[in-house]
Amino acid sequence: MEEAIIGTQVEESKPPVTSVGVIGWVRNNLFNGWFNSILTLVILFFLWKIVPPLLRWAFIDSAWHTTGQGCREASGACWSIIYTNFRFIIFGFFPYEHQWRPLLAMMILFGLLFYSRDRNHWKKPLGYAWITGLFTMGMLMKGGFFGLTPVESTQWGGLPLTLLLSVFGLTAAYPLGVILALGRQSKMPALKLLCILYIELIRGVPLISLLFMSSIIFPLFLPEGITFNKILRAQVAIILFTAAYIAEVVRGGLQGMSRGQYEAAESMGLNYYLTMRLVILPQALKLVIPPTVSILISAFKDTSLVVIIALFDLLKTTQSVLSNPEWMGFSREAYIFIAILYFLGCFSMSNYSRKLERELSTGD
Amino acid sequence: MPERLFRALEVVAGDLGLQKGYDRFMDNTLTGKVPFWLDPKKRAIIFQVVVFAMVGVLAYYLVSNTLLNLKKQSIATGFSFLHKESAFEIGESLISYSAASSYGRALIVGALNTLKVAFIGVVFTIILGTIVGVARLSSNWLVSKLAAIYIEVMQDIPVLLQLFFWYAIFYETLPSPRQALCPVNGLYLCNRGVAFTIPETHPAHKYMVLALLVGCGVVYLLRRWARKRQETTGKVFPVFRVSIGLIIGLPLVTWLAFGTPMKMDIPKLVGFNFKGGMTVSPEFIALLLGLILYTAAFVAEVVRAGIQSVSKGQREAAMSIGLRPPFVLNLVILPQALRVIIPPLTSQMLNLTKNSSLAVAIGYPDFVSVANTTINQTGQAVEGVALIMTVYLIFSLSTSAFMNWYNKRVALVER
Repeated sequence: MEEAIIGTQVEESKPPVTSVGVIGWVRNNLFNGWFNSILTLVILFFLWKIVPPLLRWAFIDSAWHTTGQGCREASGACWSIIYTNFRFIIFGFFPYEHQWRPLLAMMILFGLLFYSRDRNHWKKPLGYAWITGLFTMGMLMKGGFFGLTPVESTQWGGLPLTLLLSVFGLTAAYPLGVILALGRQSKMPALKLLCILYIELIRGVPLISLLFMSSIIFPLFLPEGITFNKILRAQVAIILFTAAYIAEVVRGGLQGMSRGQYEAAESMGLNYYLTMRLVILPQALKLVIPPTVSILISAFKDTSLVVIIALFDLLKTTQSVLSNPEWMGFSREAYIFIAILYFLGCFSMSNYSRKLERELSTGD
Repeated sequence: MPERLFRALEVVAGDLGLQKGYDRFMDNTLTGKVPFWLDPKKRAIIFQVVVFAMVGVLAYYLVSNTLLNLKKQSIATGFSFLHKESAFEIGESLISYSAASSYGRALIVGALNTLKVAFIGVVFTIILGTIVGVARLSSNWLVSKLAAIYIEVMQDIPVLLQLFFWYAIFYETLPSPRQALCPVNGLYLCNRGVAFTIPETHPAHKYMVLALLVGCGVVYLLRRWARKRQETTGKVFPVFRVSIGLIIGLPLVTWLAFGTPMKMDIPKLVGFNFKGGMTVSPEFIALLLGLILYTAAFVAEVVRAGIQSVSKGQREAAMSIGLRPPFVLNLVILPQALRVIIPPLTSQMLNLTKNSSLAVAIGYPDFVSVANTTINQTGQAVEGVALIMTVYLIFSLSTSAFMNWYNKRVALVER
């Protein structure tokens, strides 16, 4: 009797078709409960209403290689605006025949970024490679050596300018931010006050006010006859702005260090500089890599604000294409295109930051 | 023990050829005399004096250069220009303003416009952000994925670009006022803005607002009384239902008491634009839309993190002691989640306020935009930028002061 019962229990019964495979997944994730079922149906209805016309507009009815006139006759998106003005949008007023130089500079940058993805490569040579790389990029843009024609910085523009402002901005802002953070954590009251004042002042005002300052007031600060070019002034504003945010992130890392680390370093007889350089900063900075990357992302996005002081970054070159009568009225397509560029940049950075966070949190 | 240590140190120092320096160090230590460059306290003072002197010299250099340059360009310093006639129009204003008003009044109009955008923006951002944040945690795969896509896309596109995009949608896609779209009766969409119907002004409205405020006050007192009574007697008062009744009921009763004024002010096409009703400019809508959609993505992440920070055990524990779901949410989950949510939420709200300064790029007359016009007309660049910075500093410092106070109130009481 008992054996028979056990026998029937052991006999393997497959789960019902409705709880495994595609059907099971749909039931569990889309139609669990009446509320979710209604929600799913409503959303599917809206997607069906929105997505096909959008795809039709973007791909089927769209005009890819025509003139502005041809675009006006097409009912869909006018991607010709990108196709025709691509080089101007990307490189701005950089002399046409020399545009390989900013292209090469950008490729060096992307190569360095790609190589730096792996944390095993984070050693001294990489630092030197970055310094040489940044220097080469600047020289390539500027020209005036090895028979390269000098190009005035007023002609720099487009994507290289956007990248230049964000990369150089962050490279210079990072050390400044670390110094400010150390100052804010220091035991010297006057120094601490100075750093707090700076950080809170900068964090309390919008970037645009600093950019106004750089474009209108900064020339007044200098004695007559000395002028800086506009890009450099905007760059200084971005550096001063970003440094305050980096300082706060680094401070978070410093506060995360346990008291014992300081004491251990002190008991080894290390002075302040060595304590920070060898013990505290390497650990604290590693702790805050993910938030630092998100500062990098917002610095990258914030460079678009230089439009307001009329620098020809990616956004401004696009707008000047749009002010051409032939292409007037195709803002959507042009803005979507550069939105995709910005999205790709930011998305890869935030993805990388998430990856790093996972790696660092597993305690290695 | 110390003697042996000293002897060992002596040997080591001798081996290293440091005997002389070591002797001096030991002498100084024993006699208590330390040269000032080795005394951390004195060194700190000297260091700070040097840093301050450097900052002072730099500041003096910049200020003297500026004064000299201003003198050469014959620009008067000071804020006397605020009383001069502004001679420019401002598109929208909460207080009466004309081109004959002073610069000072123009700047106040700008500041009020900034506050208007910030206030409306904050309210809608919190609503949208909360919805998206909760949707991100939904068990419905479709809802959760859509929320994730929304968050990722909106966070990764510069807010300025979004503002330009919405503004372009407005003036390129929408028709002129004559062919205005009319999705619902009394609501018109055109490239001059959105016109919609509002109730005609009636004395009842003033009293209705008053009734609403009284209702809120009564609800606040009622909640305190109910909590106290529950703590002492354990009796539960249906606060939520009564509150809703009060907040909706009091204005409703006022409205009925005034004989239910129903007359509506419907916008009509007169000439080239709409008259009557309420018209909102495309700049304002584009700015608001851009700021809300952008900031809501960040708020959604904050809300999600806050909800996830309350461990599952808390909900289970609350249910196991017999609390009903609304009480679980109200008494256990929300107080803990809010503690995590509030600080980053505040900084997002401040970001929204600061980002509203981008209005200058699409021509909405906010504070920065008005100040910019003022600078261009008067040449008072230093004062103008200083004013911009001061106004935003006041916004952010007062907000963070309030938040510190709030944080202290809700902080965990360690026992």
